[in-house]
Amino acid sequence: MNKKFMTTVASGALVTAGLSGAANAEDLTLCWAAWDPANALVELSKDFEEKSGHNMSFEFVPWPNFADRMLNELNSGGQLCDLMIGDSQWIGGGAESGHYVKLNDFFEAEGITMDDFIPATVTGYSEWPKGSPNYWALPAFGDVVGWTYRKDWFEKPELQAEFKEKYGRDLGVPATLEELKDIAEFFQGREIDGNTVYGAAIYTERGSEGITMGVTNVLYNYGFQYENPDQPYDLEGYVNSEGAVEGLEFYKALYDVGTPPGSSNWYMGENIDAYKSGQVALQMNFAFIWPGVEADPNVGGGKSGYFPNPAGPAGQYAQLGGQGISVVSYSSKQDAALEYIKWFAQPEIQARWWELGGYSALKAVVEDPGFASSQPYAQTFLDSMAIVKDFWAEPAYADLLLAMQEKIHDYVIAGNGTAQEALDGLVEEWTIIFEDEGKI
Amino acid sequence: MTHAPMEKIARATPAPVARRIKGLSDRAIAWIFVAPSIFLLLAVNIFPLIWTIRLSFTDYRVNRPNRDVEWVGLRNYERILTDDGIWATMQATAHFLIWTIVLQVIIGFALAYLINKKFKGNDLWTTVIVLPMMLSPAVVGNFWTFLYQPQIGLFNYVIAFFTGADPASFSMIGDVNLAPWAIVIADTWMWTPFVMLICLAGLRSIPDSIYEAAECDRASKWRQFWTITIPMALPFLMLAVLFRGIENFKMFDLVVQLTGGGPGNTTTLTSIDLKREAFERWRTGYSSAYAVILFVTVFGLASIYVKALNKVKER
Repeated sequence: MNKKFMTTVASGALVTAGLSGAANAEDLTLCWAAWDPANALVELSKDFEEKSGHNMSFEFVPWPNFADRMLNELNSGGQLCDLMIGDSQWIGGGAESGHYVKLNDFFEAEGITMDDFIPATVTGYSEWPKGSPNYWALPAFGDVVGWTYRKDWFEKPELQAEFKEKYGRDLGVPATLEELKDIAEFFQGREIDGNTVYGAAIYTERGSEGITMGVTNVLYNYGFQYENPDQPYDLEGYVNSEGAVEGLEFYKALYDVGTPPGSSNWYMGENIDAYKSGQVALQMNFAFIWPGVEADPNVGGGKSGYFPNPAGPAGQYAQLGGQGISVVSYSSKQDAALEYIKWFAQPEIQARWWELGGYSALKAVVEDPGFASSQPYAQTFLDSMAIVKDFWAEPAYADLLLAMQEKIHDYVIAGNGTAQEALDGLVEEWTIIFEDEGKI
Repeated sequence: MTHAPMEKIARATPAPVARRIKGLSDRAIAWIFVAPSIFLLLAVNIFPLIWTIRLSFTDYRVNRPNRDVEWVGLRNYERILTDDGIWATMQATAHFLIWTIVLQVIIGFALAYLINKKFKGNDLWTTVIVLPMMLSPAVVGNFWTFLYQPQIGLFNYVIAFFTGADPASFSMIGDVNLAPWAIVIADTWMWTPFVMLICLAGLRSIPDSIYEAAECDRASKWRQFWTITIPMALPFLMLAVLFRGIENFKMFDLVVQLTGGGPGNTTTLTSIDLKREAFERWRTGYSSAYAVILFVTVFGLASIYVKALNKVKER
């Protein structure tokens, strides 16, 4: 009996049974990263437990260890997780290695259509191969890199005057990356309210994916492309184009002139801490942190503003974050897991998800007339989601990511070699990886 | 001496078992007793080792169960031994290994020498000194990242106090020149007490009568130190070096927590690199070859060292 048939049967059974009449109460385990949205999901899932009769357990792992722990679980065919909210880059490996259940038949049976979700999230979180109508996850949490800034500092008249005198323009939300660097440099080492503050907290982390998730926000906007759009896996001249080299030099310059001392290994958590403790004027981070910023007594309640990643010479893009929710193929409770996805996809649940601090990817939620004004960061989220690009989602994504982490960190933080050498080296390593994969 | 318990056991042995054992030699019975241990050893140590060696000649990737596994001969070994990056991690490991051992032995021995003198509060100080080694390496790594923080870190302030430099002007874990020393300092802080305890055991094993005889011969303290203390404590010192050497060759948690292997690859030790190859890149065949090379290196060096240690003990 093949999996497709099994899924169809399961889907049919669900339609018949409905959510409220689950015959057997199951203990479902949902695996995700340990972060604020996970707490919101625990709260949200109480409704599912009530309606379905199933019990939900959660396995949340901190981000730096999330990929290690969960990919180990999947690769070993473990049955810990029935539902996995895996990172967007895992989708290729999840599909090709048989870790995830293909959801097309289920979606069709339940009337769930991907047209109802933000297109970028469908491509980023659900499809494999990219651009094909093969779905392995339901977009669960839309996320994107954006910027947070200290609006209260920006509004100080003495700083505005000084900035205008120095740069000939108002101190405000930067339209370009160059302007952002000026602002970071302006605040670097400045005394504000008796404390020494610094420019920007940016991603520099070496161990997992930090610096890659940061530098791509600059590289995209300076002309970096992952491959020749007309010839897949043709990297030379795209990854290491003139613009990409310039972009990498820019990121290093930003790190050198506008970041706090000692921020050589910072990712989401460190950036949040630096911002909330009043160390920095600007913070690069994924949008998931914005509800927490708003609620913070030091920087929330109108003291902070939000803006999408500023444009560069080659355009305006931002690094996609976020995840889709998948059913793990090794789970013995796939029926109940599919039931959860059906429940989660409902517009009213998605609306509640947004209320609790989860970023819904459902168009019905984000295109609601009241959405943009529902939170101070809602419009920035929408604007940012319209300009996203994502890292490779190939089965070999981890190889590709590690190579990039190493090359970029070695140049930007350690200061070894040149930007051109770093990107040439990256082309060389990525080419070997794709050769090993049999892609070229 | 009574044989009552043995007789009781003999009487309690069921007749069929007793009949079977009756004809067995002492050697056979000995084998029956050690067989479970040997089986366990084979299953837990030897089999995985042989399996790893076998995998090292393939391109197997554990995250691609559906892909055909190819026999690649010595290609993995060739790639590793000609990879500049891996030689750089070897150098970083050697730097870490040598300096941590040198510092820990010198400081550990000095502390042991002081603690060995009888003074008031001796036990309390011993307890205080050994506290760092009771902590988890992850915890130690975490709080040293705070100590090294240029803006709030105590370490930078102490250095600034003595040198007059601005505390925010240098970053111990963000600078390629300082980061290798940052991990050496943290490890030395944590593990010097361990070396101290071993040295203390060595110093306390030296009979007082030897020193008394030396006093009678009017040997100076300096001469007693070099001709009695050091030679007699040497096997213990060498043991400490062996333990710390093996431990630090596989150092992972403390360094990952402190620097993540950065900046760049400056503090990427072989164990960190190996873990990335095996469980992040999932290059199982390649990482098996890497592990075999490291195993042979450690095993070879440890064997030579143990021989030297035995010679010192025999003297």
